[in-house]
Amino acid sequence: MLYRETGQFKSSYAEDIAIFPLYQDRVAIKLLLLAAFLLIPFLAKFQIWPLSTDYLLRAILIPFLVLSLAAIGVNVLVGYCGQVSLGSGAFMAIGAYCAYKFGTGIHLPAFWSEAGISIPPISPLLAILLGGAMSAVAGILFGIPSLRIKGLYLAVATLAAQFFFDWVFLRVKWFTNYTPSGSVNAPALSLFGYELSTSVDRYCLCLASVTLGAFCVKNLVRGNIGRQWMAIRDMDIAAELMGIRPYYAKLSAFAVSSFVIGISGALWGFAHLGSWEPLAFSIDRSLQLLFMVIIGGMGSIAGSFLGAGFILILPILLETVPSQFGLPVSTEVIAHLQSITFGGLICLLLIKEPRGFARLIALFRQKIRLWPFPH
Amino acid sequence: MKIMIGKIATAIALTMVATMPASAQNGQFVPVLSFRTGPYGGTGAPWANGVIDYYNLVNVRDGGINGVKLLIEECETGFATDKGVECYERLKGKGPTGAAFVNPISTGITYALTEKAPTDKIPIITMGYGRGDSKNGAVFTWNFPLLGTYWTAADIMIQHIAKELGGEANLTGKKISLLYHDSPFGKEPIPALEALSQRYGFTFTPIPVTHPGVEQKSQWLTIRQTRPDYVLLWGWGVMTGTAIKEAAAVGYPRQKMLGVWWSGAEQDVAPAGDDSKGYKALALQHGAGKAGVHHDIEKYVYAKDMGLAKPEDVGQVLYNRGVVNAMLGVEAIRKAQERFGQKPLTGEQVRWGLENLKLSQSRLKELGFDGVLRPIDVSCSDHEGAREARVQQWDGKNWTMISDWYSANQEITEPLVKANSEKYAADKKASPRDCSKVSSD
Amino acid sequence: MIFIGQLVEVLLGGLLAGVLYSLVAFGFVLIYKASRVFNFAQGAMVLLAGLALVRASNFLSSSGAPLWLATLLGLMFAGAIMVACAWLIERLVLRQLINQDGLTLFMATIGVTFIMEGASQLVFGSDVYPLRFYPTDSWFLFEGAFPGGVLVNKLDVWGGLIAGLLVALLAVFFSRTKAGRALRAVADDHAAAQSIGIPIGWIWFVVWSAAGLIALVAATVWGTKLGVQYSITFLALKALPVLIIGGFTSIPGAIIGGLIVGAGEKLAEVFLGPQIGGGIEYWFAYVVALFVLLVRPQGLFGERHIARI
Repeated sequence: MLYRETGQFKSSYAEDIAIFPLYQDRVAIKLLLLAAFLLIPFLAKFQIWPLSTDYLLRAILIPFLVLSLAAIGVNVLVGYCGQVSLGSGAFMAIGAYCAYKFGTGIHLPAFWSEAGISIPPISPLLAILLGGAMSAVAGILFGIPSLRIKGLYLAVATLAAQFFFDWVFLRVKWFTNYTPSGSVNAPALSLFGYELSTSVDRYCLCLASVTLGAFCVKNLVRGNIGRQWMAIRDMDIAAELMGIRPYYAKLSAFAVSSFVIGISGALWGFAHLGSWEPLAFSIDRSLQLLFMVIIGGMGSIAGSFLGAGFILILPILLETVPSQFGLPVSTEVIAHLQSITFGGLICLLLIKEPRGFARLIALFRQKIRLWPFPH
Repeated sequence: MKIMIGKIATAIALTMVATMPASAQNGQFVPVLSFRTGPYGGTGAPWANGVIDYYNLVNVRDGGINGVKLLIEECETGFATDKGVECYERLKGKGPTGAAFVNPISTGITYALTEKAPTDKIPIITMGYGRGDSKNGAVFTWNFPLLGTYWTAADIMIQHIAKELGGEANLTGKKISLLYHDSPFGKEPIPALEALSQRYGFTFTPIPVTHPGVEQKSQWLTIRQTRPDYVLLWGWGVMTGTAIKEAAAVGYPRQKMLGVWWSGAEQDVAPAGDDSKGYKALALQHGAGKAGVHHDIEKYVYAKDMGLAKPEDVGQVLYNRGVVNAMLGVEAIRKAQERFGQKPLTGEQVRWGLENLKLSQSRLKELGFDGVLRPIDVSCSDHEGAREARVQQWDGKNWTMISDWYSANQEITEPLVKANSEKYAADKKASPRDCSKVSSD
Repeated sequence: MIFIGQLVEVLLGGLLAGVLYSLVAFGFVLIYKASRVFNFAQGAMVLLAGLALVRASNFLSSSGAPLWLATLLGLMFAGAIMVACAWLIERLVLRQLINQDGLTLFMATIGVTFIMEGASQLVFGSDVYPLRFYPTDSWFLFEGAFPGGVLVNKLDVWGGLIAGLLVALLAVFFSRTKAGRALRAVADDHAAAQSIGIPIGWIWFVVWSAAGLIALVAATVWGTKLGVQYSITFLALKALPVLIIGGFTSIPGAIIGGLIVGAGEKLAEVFLGPQIGGGIEYWFAYVVALFVLLVRPQGLFGERHIARI
């Protein structure tokens, strides 16, 4: 009744190829963006519930946004192009460390001059973008094996990238500016002179990046290159016979995916943690991103958000619920129960709906198109 | 389908509830960031037990600190930085005045919180770990590496080795390897050891072990080839136990192994069993064994069934570390209450208490730590308060002290502290405080 | 001469260590060969088996039973637990996911990993439990030829012997017995195998139980080496390059892969590592595996996958 698309006629090409063709969808997304961009900062500024403390912003919303962006990147590679990759943590690390180096100034020795190549510190936002670019270059490099290896073997081969970069950032002191412990402190974020130091500022930065990123990726996957990716995913040999160049499609998927993941890694370090060490981007992070994509729905941008939310919030919920009900259980028991519940929910979800939350949403939308009629 | 939506809605509602401010009980809130699971859970659990047992002791025996009860809440970090940050964010505002201080018990989490604590105004106590340069309170106003950092540990280890060899002159030409956990925790002592090797003329070889440290065969085959005179061990959790086992497997004498104070606990020597006999480790002032405070804990806490550890584990090395850690925090709050009044205090006020913490030998005896700790004197320029340690050895059943008190040689550590803290201040574009102008009344 | 001695020592140590990795890899291969599922939970199964074994035998020996009896009963108890686990997994998870694609099944096994890790530590505790199944000291061979001798660890040798025995058993099982052939049919195509009457549920239960028992054997060896504790689950990550090099479906391939990985990584760490700072073990094995894949995308002994359009 409410969700009918009857009476909505498209009278221009722009309307026809819009991301949200239905009027109701457009209204919903506009409300969501309004709430995200205006309502939340407003509530935070005046400390109205539920943003009366910093906690929701700093510990839930900012990581949620950054991880959604990373999940979108992983989705491009795994969901749209079908190349299973377990090395996403490494690409986040490359983005973070390269952004750090660009942001604190680079000095490379060169054999032709004494002074070497010296780049002064760049504004952090530009540094984040450049970090993403470096990550894209690395992605193309480590994506070359995908031209020859497929499926599960590729997944395990990408672990080579993961462990290699784990080691590089631990051993090569140049990346950490020769600090004794190997931990780095991100330089202060500033946009055209305005310091982004409060949580609300960082939240807005992350929100803007995520919205822009999601928008760009959505348009990419709806276009030519996206269809090439999906063709490779579905039947790569048939696609090649049709004329789609597999190396171009696969490497561009790696490039775009690593760019997005690299930016999210830089944001994770700059906007969320502030100070990090290589363990922050270990294989646990890669597996976490893969979960988000699979649980949220492969090949779906909205699914990335849902998956990120689920994976991030569920453990916190499982920790706080027992204490809310006043049950005196030790943190150890809670941690184990958390593990069991987490695994159980993953299995349950995969059994009930292997295509993830996005598919459930799609089914929901089908249902409300007809509601209140049964068919 | 409907059930799914219902479940999701409940989940969201519960998260909302979870973020509501805790009901205002009157007391001083002290969060406990701990880890009882994961690769380091075996060593994290006894420490957390010691901390909470001491807080409960203060509540039960003394009725709190001058009548202000301690509100305790534990949070599992799993030794992961992002979980630690999340725990910190969740707990920092609880209680009527927020958290008194935070004890991250992980160098990685310490680095992350060092960025956040100044804005939130909550002091970070990093007793026996953390940033080596945070001794300089002029730059690191909110970090308190009480009792020692890894740089002082490195110096004390070399002092002990020099003593075993019969004098500092005998260090020249010797080979000393450092087997370290490849993380900020393990890498922290390297600059100090390099400075020491230059000063005393021994060859220093760092050998990394990838997290979590279960694979050490190649490292020990290398050690068998290079035959260092001593192997310093900077491990935590499963890495230490594995190191001792591998040392036994390649036949490296355990007497020549010296671990840092985080690598010298009962949990570390248990896996290797009899092979661990002779292994030595630093003792961060305290060792294993019971003192006056343990009798009180057994009397007031365990008798009432409130103890968290098994009764036979009371007095273990890491348990004692937790007790000492908790005691220092409590005494800091007590000192702060002298100035700000006997009520729940904010983190900023407790920070003043920490910076002016002075515990004399007689006060330590009153508290029940006689023979366990030496006097502590924290000040603006010295956030360590004390830099002494002893060396203990495992004889198969117990840890026994085999040395006298060593005091770290500040000639070695001070230049490092100065250089690194000034670099940090320059990076942050913040000017250090002037300690001579800081009041201490 | 010293250098040759060192080289031999590291090589032998590496080869034997690699065989220990293949002990863990056998479980993976078994399950993949029979159901095309990449069982991420193999590491957790080793943990569960080890915990059940050590807690049961400690409990029994502290109640007065002689050591040999406590160990035997502990082994039986752990074996029973693994079989029960296999039954539960097959019933609750695998049966619902028949004919789903590989990635979904892989994710389901990750879910099972979490459940197993949490449940085993909840029930049996999360301390470090030492095991004493095999001797752990070392022989020093050829002391005349090389100063200091060539170090050969007894535990490694025991592990090698056990692995060899397992290989022989499993190879015979898969090629000669009816059950083995049924397993391979199921691996090829679940629905087709079901339609010709092969009882898939039963086959999967047998396979997962067998993998569980292999995990128990691996747990005895690795538990003696490291002590039974949570970090044993990280062994799964070490077994992956072994699987890649050997091919996911080949049991002898797992041994060969293990030898290559073990020797390669130890030699690299000891001789190449100091040049570039050390700690290269982990990624070196994976990079070697990557290069093997570039030459032979299905591993050295894996089945060539014929893609149909």
